[in-house]
Amino acid sequence: MSALTYEDVISKFEPVLGLEVHVELNTNSKMFCGCSTIFGAEPNTQTCPVCLALPGALPVVNEKAIESTILIGLALNCSIAPFSRFARKNYFYPDMPKNFQISQYDEPICVNGYVDVEIETDEGPQTFRIEIERVHMEEDTGKSLHVGGSTGRIHGADYSLLDYNRAGIPLVEIVTKIVPGTGKYAPEVAKAYVAELRDILRSLGVSDVKMEQGSLRCDANVSLRLIGSEVLGTRSETKNVNSLRSVERAVRGEMIRHAERLNKGEKVVQETRHFQEDTGLTRSGRSKEQAEDYRYFPEPDLVPVAPDAQWIEKLRAGLPERPSLRRKRLQEQWSVPDKEMAAMINADVLNIVEETVLLGADPTKARSWWLGEISRLANEKEVAISELAITAKDVAEIVSLVAQGELTDKLARQVVEGVIAGEGSPAQIIAARGIKVVNDDGALMAAIEKVCSEQSETADKVRNGHLPAAGALIGAVMKETKGQADAARVRELLLGHLGQTAN
Amino acid sequence: MIKNSATEMAQSLSSGATTSVALTQAHLDRIAEVDGKVHAFLHVDAQGALEQAANVDAARARGEKLSPLAGIPLALKDVLVQKGVPTTCGSKILEGWRPPYDSTVVTNLKNAGVVILGKTNMDEFAMGSSTENSAYGPTHNPWDLTRIPGGSGGGSSAALAAFEAPLAIGTDTGGSIRQPAAVTGTVGVKPTYGGVSRYGLVAFSSSLDQAGPCARTVLDTALLHEVIAGHDPKDSTSINAPVPQVVAAAKNGEVKGMKIGVVKELNGDGYQSGVRQRFEESLELLAKAGAEIVEVSAPNFEYALAAYYLIAPSECSSNLARFDAMRYGLRVGDTDGASAESVMNMTREVGFGREVKRRILLGTYALSSGYYDAYYGSAQKVRTLITQDFNNAFEKCDVMVSPTCPTTAFKIGEKANDPLAMYLNDIATIPVNMAGIGGMSLPCGVAPEDGLPVGFQIMSPVMQDQRMYSVGAALEAALLTQWGAPLLSQAPSLDGAA
Repeated sequence: MSALTYEDVISKFEPVLGLEVHVELNTNSKMFCGCSTIFGAEPNTQTCPVCLALPGALPVVNEKAIESTILIGLALNCSIAPFSRFARKNYFYPDMPKNFQISQYDEPICVNGYVDVEIETDEGPQTFRIEIERVHMEEDTGKSLHVGGSTGRIHGADYSLLDYNRAGIPLVEIVTKIVPGTGKYAPEVAKAYVAELRDILRSLGVSDVKMEQGSLRCDANVSLRLIGSEVLGTRSETKNVNSLRSVERAVRGEMIRHAERLNKGEKVVQETRHFQEDTGLTRSGRSKEQAEDYRYFPEPDLVPVAPDAQWIEKLRAGLPERPSLRRKRLQEQWSVPDKEMAAMINADVLNIVEETVLLGADPTKARSWWLGEISRLANEKEVAISELAITAKDVAEIVSLVAQGELTDKLARQVVEGVIAGEGSPAQIIAARGIKVVNDDGALMAAIEKVCSEQSETADKVRNGHLPAAGALIGAVMKETKGQADAARVRELLLGHLGQTAN
Repeated sequence: MIKNSATEMAQSLSSGATTSVALTQAHLDRIAEVDGKVHAFLHVDAQGALEQAANVDAARARGEKLSPLAGIPLALKDVLVQKGVPTTCGSKILEGWRPPYDSTVVTNLKNAGVVILGKTNMDEFAMGSSTENSAYGPTHNPWDLTRIPGGSGGGSSAALAAFEAPLAIGTDTGGSIRQPAAVTGTVGVKPTYGGVSRYGLVAFSSSLDQAGPCARTVLDTALLHEVIAGHDPKDSTSINAPVPQVVAAAKNGEVKGMKIGVVKELNGDGYQSGVRQRFEESLELLAKAGAEIVEVSAPNFEYALAAYYLIAPSECSSNLARFDAMRYGLRVGDTDGASAESVMNMTREVGFGREVKRRILLGTYALSSGYYDAYYGSAQKVRTLITQDFNNAFEKCDVMVSPTCPTTAFKIGEKANDPLAMYLNDIATIPVNMAGIGGMSLPCGVAPEDGLPVGFQIMSPVMQDQRMYSVGAALEAALLTQWGAPLLSQAPSLDGAA
């Protein structure tokens, strides 16, 4: 439907990005009360006078949430404000119990940081610095379920159901400064930035960072300006972008949409847009031209946050290795080719491969198990690798058994399948299934002789020097021995039997 | 028995001369007898009160160690939540709501064995100076039933003056404890901000609201103060420090060597002559008791009222946003096809009274983008200046004093249509809230021209609440010697009144 190609867009316009990422912290209790934060509980079972905004109830700050936010700020190279305040953001909506959200406004806790992200460009890997404007704390709202109507929105719905379990869950909002200079790579940079944030947050252990569950949400601000122009264009803000791929698609889609309007001489409307997962397009939400006035003012129910400088230094000293640096280190230590490394990151198996290696497994073998057979089984079952009942310890054991010649690769696959099926540890499965490598040449020779007499024509071909024909015979012998034979040894014995030498 | 002080009632309980059940029943009887005229109570929890009283009697019979106020009845302002007991804040919008939890003040009262008789009337959401803004009708001043009992806590002060309860809890955002105390001839204290937990106090203006004790004597007020005060982890603004020794101060009543600062700006034009006369006489009594009277100046107090009427409405516009018919209280217009927005609108239209709407509108405007700096921002600066005025003055004196109100109780309806005149009533009490310090009002006589009580205000620095109790007790003792009997004995009997 779009008349413009992406190339048309970038030949004329420069995109400017601004990314706002909301992270749900994984604290045990909510931001301002003691309620549990477990995901997926029965609606309205994790509530109390405070998060239901009953008259008279007061908020008290969750210290753990402050700690998590400071950790995030430090990991993003921010300064931590010695004094920051909460503010009330006032607006009416049924899923917001107080009809104001406790947030931070002009005095956020972390400011002025940056994140470097690396992407592949036509000229090879290139690093882009994304500057962070602020990191601040706020509380989540409840959830509305609008029943009836075609859009799932409040307008046109027959009725709405409210679940306040999420109301008051600690949220951290990470806001970038404007990001110019990414040119045609804007969509990739946006995606890489969110991916890098996700990795950093995961390494800090402060959030589940599950985009599909909403514990990491990205709002992408996009505007275009004519190449060479200093003036910023009007931006749109796309919400509801809940996967890394969607971040990229949303930015690309908005760039094209803006360019089409601008080319037609139309204005881009400053508005909130909602990303549609199925089409990759956005649809208009509320217009920001009739911008709501949130009437921010300092939250009088909470004293200012003034973190102790020594505490901040202690947190800084305990920061984990930056994920991108760790990846580089592991790639070097394990001598992994770039493509394989990328595959491991994509499949999210880096941690478990490292764990397997630390248990003594060869890095290449560990990687190929997790990325190969185990990934395949996870795909087949349509679950995440982490949900499979197989551990780093199991894989390390299997790798070791193969190395000792106790298992062939093929038998090892059976053991992996058994572990995943819940039959027990590799040792238990080997015992229970009676799996063992057949390395008794006598038994093998009997099978070889049987196969050669059954398939004498093929055997003759081999005798006459046509070695490729041996494959069929080897296969038959393997079948005869129920796959428990070492295929290399079978080939050796078979060729010898037929008067040929194995190379 | 009901005309005694809480201290005397406590002695009767510990000596076995009476029981808490008998004492509670006597007060319930008094309420039944006179509250039709006074209308101090919105809800009387006779059954709950008698149960609490029986528990205290049983504990006493078992020889348990009880707190000094165990078994004494109390009237609770209807802005503090008590589990299972209706809490309306004087508003239609909360009609029928029964809170599922106790405020910290109520928890402290229950732990001390204080018997809660019921909930007292108030200006809607504590906004007002006359209790006329209650959605449930005004409270009448026991001194003259055609007059206001002060506000917003007129129900609590009237209950004390009408001998319906010897103790009461009020809340004070701009004078709502002290002004009602002044016009009813009772004692009321606004503790240092953060001295008493706000958890479970339905917020009007969070940075100004403070619950406090009310009684008929300074010592009773001090005893109640110590019961309800103290650090509360559920209130982030609660002060984590020991409670000032107010009972000891009230018992000693010693002012020798204390410097008492008379605020120049709070004693001139606009103050009724009888008010000024009683105030001056009180200063003489304090001087006789050994205090040194000095004059202090607080030049920024003249801006206090204007700043208050930006800060308090701003905070209230946000605090009262939660009354939206979604989760509790009144719901209007919930017909088929009505949107959530229209239900919210209709409920708030019907549920809030005029004064509440006026302040929500004021506050919404003051916080609006483009106006914030000029209004809310400037008001906060004035607040800082007022605090500096107090700090400067407290370098020259130990406590500051003024008349509590410019006038004695006015007639019901007299100022109902003149909000500004109504607001001016709080001119002497508001600076105390703005600075977060402590303030007390105690009776210092009746104005000769109208025979109505006059209040004497004592202000003490942050967390030095004991100082106002020392001065208050000294003045009370001197006045009592002069009068021969408590001031309330001069109030007309309510028996047979119209």
